[in-house]
Amino acid sequence: MREVAIIGVGQTKFGELWDQNLRDIFAEAALKAMEDAKIDKIDSIYVGAMSGGLYNHQEHLASLMADYIGQSGAAGARVEAACSSGGQAARIGYMEVASGLSDFVLVGGVEKMWDTDDSTFVLATAADQEYEAYNGVTFPGLYAMMAQVYMQRYGLTREELAAVPIKNHKHGKNNPYAQYPFEIDLKAVLNSAPVADPLRLLDCSPITDGAAAIILAPLEIARKFTDKPVKIRGIGAATGPIALHDHKDLAKIDSVRISAEKAYKFANVSPSDIDFAEVHDCFSIAEIIVAEELGFFDYGTAGKAIAEGQATYGGKLVINPSGGLKSKGHPVGATGVAQLIEATLQLQGRAGKRQIENARLGLTQNMGGSGGSSVVHILEAI
Amino acid sequence: MVGIVGYGSYLPRYRIKTSTIAEQWGDNADSIENGLMLTEKTVPGRDEDTVTISVAAAKNALARAGIDPKLIGAVYIGSESHPYAVKPSGTILIDALGIGPEVHVADFEFACKAGSEAMFVAYSHVKSGNMDYAMGIGADTSQGAPGDALEYSAAAGGSAFIFGKENVIADVIATYSYTSDTADFWRRDLQMYPRHGGRFTGEPAYFKHVLNAAQVTMEKANMKAQDFKYAIFHMPNGRFPLKAGKTLGFTDAQMKDGWIVNLMGNTYSGSSITGFSSVLDILKPGERVLLVSFGSGAGSDGFVFEATDQITKVQDKAPKLRDMLENNRIYLSYGQYVAYRKKILFND
Amino acid sequence: MANSQRYTREIPHRFRFEGQKFRDGYVTLANRYISPESGSKEFESINISKKGKILSYTIIRTPANDYKLLSPYAVAIIETSDGARLTAMVTDSKFEDIKIGADVELVFRKIKEEGHSGIINYGYKAVIIL
Repeated sequence: MREVAIIGVGQTKFGELWDQNLRDIFAEAALKAMEDAKIDKIDSIYVGAMSGGLYNHQEHLASLMADYIGQSGAAGARVEAACSSGGQAARIGYMEVASGLSDFVLVGGVEKMWDTDDSTFVLATAADQEYEAYNGVTFPGLYAMMAQVYMQRYGLTREELAAVPIKNHKHGKNNPYAQYPFEIDLKAVLNSAPVADPLRLLDCSPITDGAAAIILAPLEIARKFTDKPVKIRGIGAATGPIALHDHKDLAKIDSVRISAEKAYKFANVSPSDIDFAEVHDCFSIAEIIVAEELGFFDYGTAGKAIAEGQATYGGKLVINPSGGLKSKGHPVGATGVAQLIEATLQLQGRAGKRQIENARLGLTQNMGGSGGSSVVHILEAI
Repeated sequence: MVGIVGYGSYLPRYRIKTSTIAEQWGDNADSIENGLMLTEKTVPGRDEDTVTISVAAAKNALARAGIDPKLIGAVYIGSESHPYAVKPSGTILIDALGIGPEVHVADFEFACKAGSEAMFVAYSHVKSGNMDYAMGIGADTSQGAPGDALEYSAAAGGSAFIFGKENVIADVIATYSYTSDTADFWRRDLQMYPRHGGRFTGEPAYFKHVLNAAQVTMEKANMKAQDFKYAIFHMPNGRFPLKAGKTLGFTDAQMKDGWIVNLMGNTYSGSSITGFSSVLDILKPGERVLLVSFGSGAGSDGFVFEATDQITKVQDKAPKLRDMLENNRIYLSYGQYVAYRKKILFND
Repeated sequence: MANSQRYTREIPHRFRFEGQKFRDGYVTLANRYISPESGSKEFESINISKKGKILSYTIIRTPANDYKLLSPYAVAIIETSDGARLTAMVTDSKFEDIKIGADVELVFRKIKEEGHSGIINYGYKAVIIL
């Protein structure tokens, strides 16, 4: 197997992109990534997208996008695993380059969520349609039920839960691509509209239009294209039950733990080696549970640790320097790729005001549904 | 003898008070309460309809009958509020309760009489030897137009009765029906609310049919008013059944236990038969009951029942009507009520 | 969307709670081929209990469009007395009575209507037993 590097990245502004359609935003991100990598031809394209069909009534995305970025003829397919579609697409792209089948693979993620008025329904298709969504549960509802169990068991307070979005907005303030690049305070979180008790609007990642793309190439030739290639040092992915009621422990997400164990083993590193992480904070409680499953904190302690500043600059490790899904935005299919972009920028020293000093090893974790899938990448500065 | 082997009822938990409706329309609450003898009525929850009410009532009837649901050979649901114009309520019910597929199913409609009609046909099947068990159900989520007098009475609830030959709890002693074409009350297809003839619904409609049916039913049974422990007459309001009973020689004591309309309202197809269900809850062996329904359009079914020794064995096997009527009530505002009943226009 | 065939197919599970009990004791409402507990493929068909306890719950205040008229409503994850896990709406109950560990009974209710002309979807909802 060949070692694989990220040699270029590109993304759109995340937000309400009323004037651009699905292919517009994808092309913008993909062409920026190719320009960043200084290449004009790719062998293969993978598009991570959760639901072009329901959001935009458009499937067959890889061929559409390849055509619109001047790459018709390249191999291509869409990759779908709910909100982890982008991260899963990157894993497929990695395998294709590592195997020697292709040299240049474009991995893109895209979602144009503001083209429907019932995003709640579309997102709930990532849950079990026959046994969960049928009975009226929504995605905020599923994470709210995790939060209820977690808060009751570990004594996490509502105020401590609010520390997650407050921290992420503080980070996202410095991200020019973020949907909501401003700070929020405790009062704002606690006074925001209730969505699914105990979660409020400011516990929830937003509905977002956006696209992100990266170029993968063999590490051995990466320096021809960039001075600072970023090596994908490890990958781990795992599935889990898509129905939350099938989770043995409602305050844990096994697929995250399993995907992390695989990635650490692959990269031959441990959680304490990680300098920063981009994790799937689709809801405030998600970042807390994920930070525990990734091994950064013991079970039951991540919420309090985040509230005490352990997951920001100067703490144990920075979690979600980009602002996370909460501040940066969460165009579901694009999120996993956008996480890899943030990690790449941090490891290349290109993260501007968000730059983490001496960042050498970064981790990304991208989740599908209520834990039905998780994919972890460990990236290293070369 | 052929008779009832299991019975059960269901009332939704939601209520609206007569005074709440009166306040909305500027009516005098006291005069309405006294005139109609109604203090509150049941309202179906937003997730309830004739099918769910029928399922809940039938489940209670099956619990009392203690028989394998597969043995039931026919299921008839009488209602003026079947949720589908085309597609039977009964098919949903049988699949929910594990009855069938070897079962005869039909939905009936005859204004407020459809429930007793379903019982009549179910009873006739067993009596004729067509089958061992048959179930008749009456249930409604009835509608009254906003501001109409009917809004004070139109309520939701239902009862189910299983007829059979073994372990009968109440024998059927006599039956009789009295029917004519009388345009006292109707609802045209695709119309949300019924219309009625005002005072024409009284003497020429309700009283003519109820009194004729009651008299002939009693004659067929060779009984007089004093031979009965209880009598139940259809309850479109509080006043009509008491007046009908008094005319026939019944006393308040014979009528008060089945007279639940003041707290329940008129559950249409589930009205008189749910009064009967509340009497079955307290009936003792050997005691007799006269049940007379009325459906606009118009007709009345009369039944005479006599309790057997079996009755006390089943009364506690399912929730009793008075408990459902008087406990766990949730009161609605008029605004909540019109939203629950979809009396306001919603977006698609 | 034509969902009537899909709805009809699920009737045994939704209406009668027909489920499976695997040899290792795993009980499931959704049809499975292999027990996730032990990999056992041996099971018997059972009717799942309609009594259980709440493992977690929430109050949904921003539902999908199909459920807008019910909002706000509670949903809960329930473990039935025979050990099956399921998700259900909670109806006819005060929000303050809905708690982790609360006893519930499952009752047959209307789940949603598919617009003004589509089919009516039925199933089970939980009611708190006080």
